[in-house]
Amino acid sequence: MLRIIKMTVNNKEVELAVDDRESLLDTLRNRLGLTSVKKGCEVGECGACTVLVDGEAIDSCIYLAMWAEGRHILTVEGLKGPNGELSQIQQAFVEEAAVQCGFCTPGLIMTAVEIVGTGKRYNREELRKMISGHLCRCTGYENILNAMERIVEEVYSVTSLN
Amino acid sequence: MYNIQKFYQAADAADAIRALQEDPEAIIISGGSDVLIKIREGKFAGCALVSIHGIKELEGVSMEADGTIVIGPATTFSHVTNHAIVQEHIPMLGNAVDQAGGPQLRNIGTIGGNVCNGATSADSASSLFALNAVLVLTGPDGIREVPIQEFYTGPGRTVRDHAEVLTAIKIRKEDYADFGGHYIKYGKRNAMEIATMGCACMAKLSADKQQVEEMRLAYGVAAPTPIRCTAVEAKAKGMKIGKELYELVGAGALEEVNPRTSWRASREFRLQLVEELAKRALKQAIAYAGGEADA
Repeated sequence: MLRIIKMTVNNKEVELAVDDRESLLDTLRNRLGLTSVKKGCEVGECGACTVLVDGEAIDSCIYLAMWAEGRHILTVEGLKGPNGELSQIQQAFVEEAAVQCGFCTPGLIMTAVEIVGTGKRYNREELRKMISGHLCRCTGYENILNAMERIVEEVYSVTSLN
Repeated sequence: MYNIQKFYQAADAADAIRALQEDPEAIIISGGSDVLIKIREGKFAGCALVSIHGIKELEGVSMEADGTIVIGPATTFSHVTNHAIVQEHIPMLGNAVDQAGGPQLRNIGTIGGNVCNGATSADSASSLFALNAVLVLTGPDGIREVPIQEFYTGPGRTVRDHAEVLTAIKIRKEDYADFGGHYIKYGKRNAMEIATMGCACMAKLSADKQQVEEMRLAYGVAAPTPIRCTAVEAKAKGMKIGKELYELVGAGALEEVNPRTSWRASREFRLQLVEELAKRALKQAIAYAGGEADA
């Protein structure tokens, strides 16, 4: 059954009709055209569909669109600067060559946004655990961890100076 | 699109109870990380859902005047782990639920859903058994409190009636104060894994930290439901910390478990885990309680 929901997606309020059987993943991709959100396993294992809901990373494939009512959703499309610039996190992924086929990248970037949002410094072992909800089938984990480490250090050194 | 026939979002617990009463076939859904997977797999295909997702009154952790810790069943795993009350008083439970699935799953999966699924492998189960958790079930006929040891009736089965909603998980002060506790999950991977075996052990020591005043030992996946090893707990009472105690607890636990062979592991391997994890968890629990585990 179609129902109207209101939510904030990438800092814009949207009101739209969604089917009460659809996942947030389907809503974001098919109704809003946000194709950075990848459809991978659809059972919450691969992390390709990761988005932030009220600042927390979740697998949007196992999250019903109905539950997004009144919530703030953030996808990679919401990270770009006013002139289309990459965010600091995306830049770190580029510079550390943390992208191979790219399918897992948007999900990992959203987890990185959640991690740096805590303002805490994490070591490599902690980061390893924090990205364990993502599968990179190119197995490019070392460079992904390098990018994560770099961005955590960059943000931490800035916030600790303040 | 999920194969869901009917979907109802409840406004509060009372509304959910009413909706469940109206539809005897409806399935209750909270975080969704188990139910939605089962719909995807086909097991729950075509189901009617009553959603209690996002009901604020069922979320959060608090402490009552008498020291009882009250955990809202809709509290997500990550919120349980990061809550100050959990970190200070029952870190074993916070650590246990921090090992369920992966980070994104822990941001949606709830501790109440973990319990109500009735799975023996639930990461919260053995710790809640050791902590003597009391489950508050609210239904059409009122509220009842069920000790967690009486909640599970078989694999995937519990005493929760169809129209009952788990509305609180309570842990009394005498069940956590002065105890050290430790949970060990054994799985083949460190993430996105269902426990091959889970073991929670709690220890309270004498004033001189030389003897075990009280020990509690609980397992997941050592039987069709989570279990407590009460016979060996009784034997450990008053024993001096040391090798003899560890050997007795490891061997005693074997008398009280009944693991099965599954594709994850054989019964024989699980029996080895039962013995070894008991010793390791007990040593760590003693250390957390302020004792010298290797003395």
